[in-house]
Amino acid sequence: MTLADLAACLLVLGLSAYLVLGGADFGAGLWDLTAGGPERGARVRGIVKFGMGPVWEANHVWLIFVLVVCWTAFPTAFGSITSTLYVPLFAAAIGIIFRGSAFALRGEAATIAEARVLGGTFALSSVLVPFFLGAAVGGIASGRVPVGNASGDALTSWWNPTSVTVGLTTVAVGAHLAAVFLAADSIRARQPDMVQAFRARALGSGVVSGLLAIVGLFVVRDDARSLYDGLTSGGGLALVCASAVGGLVTLGLEWRRRFDWARYTAALSVAAIVAGWAVAQRPYVLPGRLTLHQAAASHATLVALLISAAVGMLLLIPSLWYLFRLVLRGKLDTRFGPLTAGDPRAGS
Amino acid sequence: MSHALWVAASSLGGPVDQSYLLEARQMQALSFAVHIPLVCFGIAFPAMVLFVEGLYLRTGDPVYLTLAKRWSKVLIVLFAIGVVTGTLLSFELGLLWPAFMAKFGGVFGEAFALEGFSFFLEAIFITIYVYGWDRLPRRVHFLSGIPIVITGFAGSLMVISVNGWMNNPVGFTLRHGTVSHVRPFAALFNDNFWHELVHMYVAGYVVAGFVVAGVYARAWLRGRRDRYHRTALVVALSVAALATPVQVLVGDWAARTVAERQPTKLAALEGLGRTTKGAAIHFAGIYEGKTGDVKGGIKIPRGLSLLAFHDPNARVQGLDAVPRRDRPPVNVVRFSFQTMVAIGTGLALLGFVYLGVWWRKGRLPGSAWFYRAVVVAAPLSVTALICGWVTTEVGRQPWIVYRVMRTSEAVTGAGGIPVGYGFLVAVYVALGAVAAVMLRRIARRPIEIAGAEPGS
Repeated sequence: MTLADLAACLLVLGLSAYLVLGGADFGAGLWDLTAGGPERGARVRGIVKFGMGPVWEANHVWLIFVLVVCWTAFPTAFGSITSTLYVPLFAAAIGIIFRGSAFALRGEAATIAEARVLGGTFALSSVLVPFFLGAAVGGIASGRVPVGNASGDALTSWWNPTSVTVGLTTVAVGAHLAAVFLAADSIRARQPDMVQAFRARALGSGVVSGLLAIVGLFVVRDDARSLYDGLTSGGGLALVCASAVGGLVTLGLEWRRRFDWARYTAALSVAAIVAGWAVAQRPYVLPGRLTLHQAAASHATLVALLISAAVGMLLLIPSLWYLFRLVLRGKLDTRFGPLTAGDPRAGS
Repeated sequence: MSHALWVAASSLGGPVDQSYLLEARQMQALSFAVHIPLVCFGIAFPAMVLFVEGLYLRTGDPVYLTLAKRWSKVLIVLFAIGVVTGTLLSFELGLLWPAFMAKFGGVFGEAFALEGFSFFLEAIFITIYVYGWDRLPRRVHFLSGIPIVITGFAGSLMVISVNGWMNNPVGFTLRHGTVSHVRPFAALFNDNFWHELVHMYVAGYVVAGFVVAGVYARAWLRGRRDRYHRTALVVALSVAALATPVQVLVGDWAARTVAERQPTKLAALEGLGRTTKGAAIHFAGIYEGKTGDVKGGIKIPRGLSLLAFHDPNARVQGLDAVPRRDRPPVNVVRFSFQTMVAIGTGLALLGFVYLGVWWRKGRLPGSAWFYRAVVVAAPLSVTALICGWVTTEVGRQPWIVYRVMRTSEAVTGAGGIPVGYGFLVAVYVALGAVAAVMLRRIARRPIEIAGAEPGS
């Protein structure tokens, strides 16, 4: 395994973590969006706030980690990707600003109208960001990003069958993860009706994610043949199967209300598909145009990056472990309350 | 090798045809100007909050606890907005300057990688700290704040190292347009790094101190003069008053380093058209490109030589030392620089008034004019901060990497910059308005001094 491969592993790790943790945050926004009117949706929104409050900033940093590793280890690929896929990436960045700000400030809303605008902004951008990021990934994976400064097509690089399918699947997968996590949080908040509500959402979105993944495979067969071949042979196939098995096990656990375990199987299933994509397009970073080896920064840069990543992980992993332990034991929980517009408790 | 592919793929390998370079620069500048005041709070505010919590731990006085808790709520809101505006900046590096990132990402990227980890730890411990009030044992809670102070410093250290590198690009070899022999740590610790770091770090305390003090000075003028408000004012004003005089000295150091390393930037700061021995300095006035002189303003003979080299007869290199196309826009740089210096001097005087009264009489100043000045100092300190960054960033133009890569060579070839720029302006205007309303609402919430609070 070369240094470039190791750096690519860092990217896969970061993307998986972002898709699992950040994706679940986005998914929570989808459930917020679809929770119904202010009265009917109050309890679901309360759980979303209860579950997301303490951890979303830390979850979000994974995206910055991915960007930074990409431009340090594979600078040419980074410049090519950002300059060609500028539409979905800029849209995602703006969506992230809307979403983060609305979430941070929503608690301060004083009137129904204010809370609706902020809540709606938060929820809508929660759906758009994963779609655009997924569409960008689809553009890369289907070989639509050439090397060079804005050398690719500004529209078809991300508005094509693979991109749209990957975008939709990303939204669905995030929604599924969120439902699983929020069901577990509902148990901790002792709200049995919410456990029930999120179990139904988890099962439903889990089935939809699985179906979209299967449809995606057919779309990719027509639209990006080499990616399809990678996903259906060797290591790629093994990881796709692992992801499928993980997904089925997750559905089974959800059926039996074992959300504590379903958290992990759902996460592993998602990580497997990210790794599967990476294996499928090996040795390319931009399929058909630029290999990992060609795109890699200098030896000294990669050595420095990998050493600092190793040292950084030594600090990061215990800190993250401490945070998640506090969160999962309910040490950082705020009090659960239905989140209705204009509820004075929303600010506490 | 990969860069050769890039060059082959891009049109002739030269700069792309981008009609909206200025708009791209303004877009980056706008995003930066929104983000950088939040960075100040990331640098200085955690230490202020922890200091107040420390007072509570020592005295058990609930006023301190209440203040620390309220400040920590503001801290996490500002951090949350800093996270998302910072994410946009990361995206923009690639969206607006892809050729810069493609060519040099591997040289300075190491600093960002370290910053990424630091930022991560900051996010984790801010969460633990803010959500951990009354839930973690007191001592553990206090300790969980210390990583926030350290990472707030470390994160800005790394980012500033990259900016220092853009002004003093070292740690690589450029042969036939290709980067080789990269030495990431030499790039990290470039010559511009130290003074920029200290200047920005102290600026963080100046800005956070004066902005927080401004909020409480307003309340003071409205008659809210209880112990809670007095404590908040004393902490914030002390931070600001101690940091500002230090900043004047650091500023002198920064200017002398610029004089030595980036003489063209210095010439732009002062509007010095021709290389001169015993150069004069002008306050205010307009630089005229045709004559190379400053028109109007107050002239102090030999002032520039004295300030920049501490020698009244020193020879100072003028703008004429480089061709016209290599010069920055003089008046923008000069106006920003003079504004920063003028505000900084005023803030230092205000700090001395506060320290003087405190030292001689052991109390806050009595005059309402002092508090009015502090209220005005809050936006002025942010203005000085942004002017300082305009000075160094516009002063580096037309280079994105000083004397190595032009900004026009770095810019994206993609379309749609004016659309994106317009969109971003709208987003930030809306966000600014909403944030201002919400922060005022937090400030107006009644203060409930907790009774003897159990620290669990």
